[in-house]
Amino acid sequence: MEAFTTHTGRGVPLRRSNVDTDQIIPAVWLKQVSRTGFDKGLFSAWREDPEFVLNRPEYAGASVLIAGTDFGTGSSREHAVWALQQYGFKVIIAPRFGDIFRNNSTKMGLLPVVLPVETVEALQARAEADPAAEITVDLAAREVRAGDITAPFEIDDYTRWRLMEGLDDIGLTLRYADDIAAYERDRAPWMPVTADR
Amino acid sequence: MGRTLADKVYDAHVVRRAEGEPDLLYIDLHLVHEVTSPQAFDGLRMNGRKVRRPELTIATEDHNVPTTDLLKPIADPVSRTQVETLRKNCADFGVRLHPMGDDGQGIVHVIGPQLGLTQPGMTVVCGDSHTSTHGAFGALAHGIGTSEVEHVLATQTLPQIKPKMMAVTVDGALPEGVTAKDLILAIIARIGTGGGQGHIIEYRGEAIRSLSMEGRMTVCNMSIEAGARAGMIAPDETTFEYLKGRPNAPQGEDWDRAVEYWKSLRTDDDAVFDKEVVIDAAELTPFVTWGTNPGQGLPLGESVPDPASFADPVDRQAAERALEYMGLTAGTPLREIRVDTVFVGSCTNGRIEDLRAVAGILDGRKVADGVRMLVVPGSMKVKKQAEQEGLHEVISASGAEWREAGCSMCLAMNPDKLTPGERSASTSNRNFEGRQGPGGRTHLVSPAVAAATAVTGTLTAPADL
Repeated sequence: MEAFTTHTGRGVPLRRSNVDTDQIIPAVWLKQVSRTGFDKGLFSAWREDPEFVLNRPEYAGASVLIAGTDFGTGSSREHAVWALQQYGFKVIIAPRFGDIFRNNSTKMGLLPVVLPVETVEALQARAEADPAAEITVDLAAREVRAGDITAPFEIDDYTRWRLMEGLDDIGLTLRYADDIAAYERDRAPWMPVTADR
Repeated sequence: MGRTLADKVYDAHVVRRAEGEPDLLYIDLHLVHEVTSPQAFDGLRMNGRKVRRPELTIATEDHNVPTTDLLKPIADPVSRTQVETLRKNCADFGVRLHPMGDDGQGIVHVIGPQLGLTQPGMTVVCGDSHTSTHGAFGALAHGIGTSEVEHVLATQTLPQIKPKMMAVTVDGALPEGVTAKDLILAIIARIGTGGGQGHIIEYRGEAIRSLSMEGRMTVCNMSIEAGARAGMIAPDETTFEYLKGRPNAPQGEDWDRAVEYWKSLRTDDDAVFDKEVVIDAAELTPFVTWGTNPGQGLPLGESVPDPASFADPVDRQAAERALEYMGLTAGTPLREIRVDTVFVGSCTNGRIEDLRAVAGILDGRKVADGVRMLVVPGSMKVKKQAEQEGLHEVISASGAEWREAGCSMCLAMNPDKLTPGERSASTSNRNFEGRQGPGGRTHLVSPAVAAATAVTGTLTAPADL
C-alpha cells in the first residue's frame, strides 16, 4: 500500500446522497479476477450521461471526490475502492460513509474523510465555482484546507499511522502468530469444522 | 455493568488487545464465493502464504451461476473464468467447495445455516455484505472486503475496532399477514439507510422471539440496508431446534455442552445500548419500497410520496431522483403500480419457508398475463426439499418458472436480469438503480406480496386476493 501523508488536488462535487457501491461499480464489472482495469467501470451507468459531473472536462484529473451523505453503502465489493483509485481519486470527502466501504478504503490507502454536511456543501460549492481550485488533505494534521476553509477531521490514531506508513494489515497481524496459536489451543472442541462429517 | 449479546460474543474472540490498537478478533467461520475472493487468493500466492485454517473455511459458487441448464458450461466467458478460478483456488489451498451441480451448492448465506455450520456465539465473515444473515443464530457475522478476505485466509483473524451497540425492540405480535420481510423493511424506513452505521443491531422483543429461524435470517440479512454491518438475535429454543441434527452441528455430549454455553448468550438485564429504537408490531402492515434505496419504503396501503413532503432537502432531492428513475408519479396508490416481473429468491427470501408461502398463495391461481415470475431456491437442498413437498408443481402450474439455486436476479450477475425500464416486485434486498439489470426498476416485497402481485400484475397483498 502506498503511504499517505498529505494530498493536494482538485475536487469533484458529487451532489447525491446514498451513493451505494452498486452505483460506484455495477455488478457486471465484478466478474474480473484481476485487481486492475476497474477504472472503466467507475460510475459506469451514470457516465453514460454526458452531463454527469465526471464527464465534464473541467473536472478531468481531479483527485478528491466531494460526495453526499451515506457514500459507499450496500455491497461489500472492494472493487468500488479499486475503481475510485484506478480512476485517480486519492481522497473521498463525505458527511457519512457506509461502514464496509470506509473500512475497505483504509485497507487500500484511499482516504475517507468525514466532515460536517455544511463543510462538505461549502467544499462542493467552491469546486463548482472554481473547478481549478485545489484542496489539501493533510493526514498528519488531520485537516482539510481549501481557500478560506480549514476543517479538522477525525481518524483513529492506529489507522492514521498505518496509512502514513503505508503498512498492510496481514504483515502486522502475523507478528502475533503466537497469540493466535494460543487462542486456538483454547477454543471449545465442539466448535464446527467445515470438513464433511 | 452488564454486557450485551454482541459484547459477549465479541469479547470471547479477542486474541490480542493493546492500548491504541484495534483488537485482533478470531474468526470461527469464513465463507467464500467466486466474486470477492480471486484477488485475495492471488495475494496469498504473491506473498507465499497459505490458508491458515482451511477447515474453518468453506466455498460455494452462487453469484454468477445460471439458474437453467446446469449441465452446460457457463455461457458468459468472464463468469465462467471467475467460477473456474474459484475451483482452482479451492483445490490449490485445500478449501471445501460446493460447485455448481453439487447437492450442497447454494447461496453462501443459505448453505452455512443449512449445514449447521453457523452456530450461536461464533464469529462469521464473508466477502459479502449480507453475511449479517448469520446473526439470526446469535453469531457475530459481518461482511468484509477482499483485503480482509485475504487477511482472514492468511491469519484466521481480523483487526477490529469494537462497534457501538444498538437495540431494535419490536414489542407485541405481528398482525396476521405481516411477515419478517415487512418488519425489516419497516425498520429500515424508520431508522434510515445510515441509522445503524457504526453499530451492531440486536433485534429483541416479542415479535422477534416469535419468528422462525427463516424469518430471523430475513431480518438480520437486511441489517446492512440499515447501515449496520451486523445484526443479532439471542439464541433460544427455536435456534437449538433448528440446529439439532444438522450435519455440522455438535452431537451427543458435545451438543449438551454447546447448548449450555449458547444459553448464556443473551444481553444482561443491566446492559446499556448506545442507541435504542422501539417498534410496535401491531401497527405494521405489508410493506414495499417505492424508491431506489431500501429506506424509501411505505405500507402497501399508501401512495407514492410527494418529494415536496420531505422536510430534509437531502431526502427531498433523493426522492425526486428516485421517482424519476422509477418512472413513478407522486400520489399514485402503491397498489396501482403494475409490474413486469416477479422475482422470488435471494439470501433474504430464498429459504423453504419463503417458497411455502409463495406456493400457498399460487395454489389454484395463475400468474397474470404479461407477467413473468422466477422462483429461485436459495440452495439445491432447499430446491430438493421444495420438490419433495410438491411446491414446484404448484409453482409451475401457476405459470411461474422453477429454477436452479443461486443469487440470480438479486444482483443480475448471471443471465437473469431486468431490461431497461422493466419493473419488478422482488423478494431480494436492494432496490438500487440498476441492481437487477441496467435501467431496471425494483420494488422490494415479501414472498407473500410477491406471489399475490404475480397473480394480479400490480403490487398486492395476499389479503387483497
